[in-house]
Amino acid sequence: MKKGRKVMLIVIGLLAAGLYLSPFYIMLVNSFKTKRQLFLDTLGLPDSFNIDNYILAWQRLDFLRVFANSLIITVASIALIIIFSSMAGWMLERTKTKLSNFIFFLFIAAMLIPFQSVMLPLIRIMGKLNFLNIPGLIFMYLGFGSSLSIFLYHGFVKSVPKSLDEAAIIDGCNYWQTYWYIILPILKPISVTVAILNSTWIWNDYLLPSLVINREDTHTIPLRIFFFFGEYTKQWNLAMAGLVLAIIPVIVFYFFSQKHIIKSFTEGSIK
Amino acid sequence: MKKNKLTFWAFVGPCLLAFIIVVIIPLIFGVYYSFTDWNGINADLTYVGISNYLELFSDKHFVNSFIFTTKFTIVSVILINVTGFSLALLVTRGLKMSNLLRTIFFMPNLIGGLILGFIWQFIFINAFASLGEYTGQMWLMGWLSTTKTSFWGLLILMTWQLSGYVMVIYIAAIQGIPKELLEAAQIDGANTWQRVKSIMLPLVRPAFTISLFLTLSNSFKLYDQNLSLTGGAPARSSEMLAMNIYNTAFSFMKFGEAQAKAVIFLIIVGIFTLSQVYISKKGEVEM
Repeated sequence: MKKGRKVMLIVIGLLAAGLYLSPFYIMLVNSFKTKRQLFLDTLGLPDSFNIDNYILAWQRLDFLRVFANSLIITVASIALIIIFSSMAGWMLERTKTKLSNFIFFLFIAAMLIPFQSVMLPLIRIMGKLNFLNIPGLIFMYLGFGSSLSIFLYHGFVKSVPKSLDEAAIIDGCNYWQTYWYIILPILKPISVTVAILNSTWIWNDYLLPSLVINREDTHTIPLRIFFFFGEYTKQWNLAMAGLVLAIIPVIVFYFFSQKHIIKSFTEGSIK
Repeated sequence: MKKNKLTFWAFVGPCLLAFIIVVIIPLIFGVYYSFTDWNGINADLTYVGISNYLELFSDKHFVNSFIFTTKFTIVSVILINVTGFSLALLVTRGLKMSNLLRTIFFMPNLIGGLILGFIWQFIFINAFASLGEYTGQMWLMGWLSTTKTSFWGLLILMTWQLSGYVMVIYIAAIQGIPKELLEAAQIDGANTWQRVKSIMLPLVRPAFTISLFLTLSNSFKLYDQNLSLTGGAPARSSEMLAMNIYNTAFSFMKFGEAQAKAVIFLIIVGIFTLSQVYISKKGEVEM
């Protein structure tokens, strides 16, 4: 590559990076300002890094509690999705009947259904089953998450030689043992993809929890942020500190596992 | 051990049960409710025929949100894919900082749409105004207070959020192109633009199919960003279809009518995305 062109590419790259990072910059600097300074100078650096906004936002958000709620809901949903979708994906791929084809097709076709189309009846049915709470929410994530997850597992199982299953069965394993000791460990790479794709969605989901969770002590991060932001739109500095708190866990997670994350998103869409 | 029906159901059952309760049954009931006068409170429903559906056509907000959503989807699909593809070209040129750039461009995808909407609400209202004061550019003032700026606000937000995602898909496709092909073309005297047009674009076609599908369905079903960025303001003019359905049910307590809209929504999303996949697939070339 010619030197002049390379310099030009680097300049373009830096400009684009600056543009993509600027929202984070604006959010971060304003989270340290006083209300007055924010109004006078929105784009500049703060006078001093005082963390009053953060202390107040932390308390008002009840941050530890909502963080724990989000974590419990996400981890439990992912665990159920991984176990049950891999079981179903494996069994559907290995069974060649009209019924199994039909069930697989049903799961895949459902990916086209927008949430709004099932939202109102779903909430009514869940209300009747007394399921408008955290366990109900986790159950719903299993139902909504299974389509893509089964699709991914199904595709991956195709590349696993069938002779592996058969060898295990001949050696005296029953189907459960074959799945648990042989198949599940082999599926690990695709399980990582399934876990990442589902967790970004579940962790960030707002609409479903807003319909399902009424009690304040079971709020998730997006849910609490919604009410918090509405309350403090006149105190932007506080609102910004709240938003920074909300995205810190995601950013930390991203910087530790970005390779896996980017790979998962690529795989998840190309499969 | 012989595989029998019981084994099959034991493995498929848990997912299937959750799926049927959460998706299939609500879908069937949803179609039924769209023919009733359900208001969310009353327990007994009366069958009202297609009157909910007829109501939609005279609902000016619904028609408006349909037009707004369609316009938004067309522009956002183009913007996101052009930006994403350009970013992919930029980071596959062997620069040392490519990995860092990739990480930065992808980052917004991990943060929820609701939070991103709030961040941008602040930027459009305060940072834009402040920038406008510095530079004397009056068009930067009062963003999100007109239908037009709400429209472009949503587009900027979505392009910023999703271009990194489609970039990742395009990178995978570009890296899958055999090096010899590009080198051969270069030796034959093709310039950069000719190589992009005649070799890269046809060979990354499958990635276009996927990225168009993703951006199309994401834009059409947009809710969180719409809610937190504009909330439909001003005067419900930036209210997209998903939000219109929500508001019909919960702000106006017309659940039957909302459900009729939801059925129409399902059909439109299906037609849009399936025909897009069909059309894009047709043009793909085999290597």
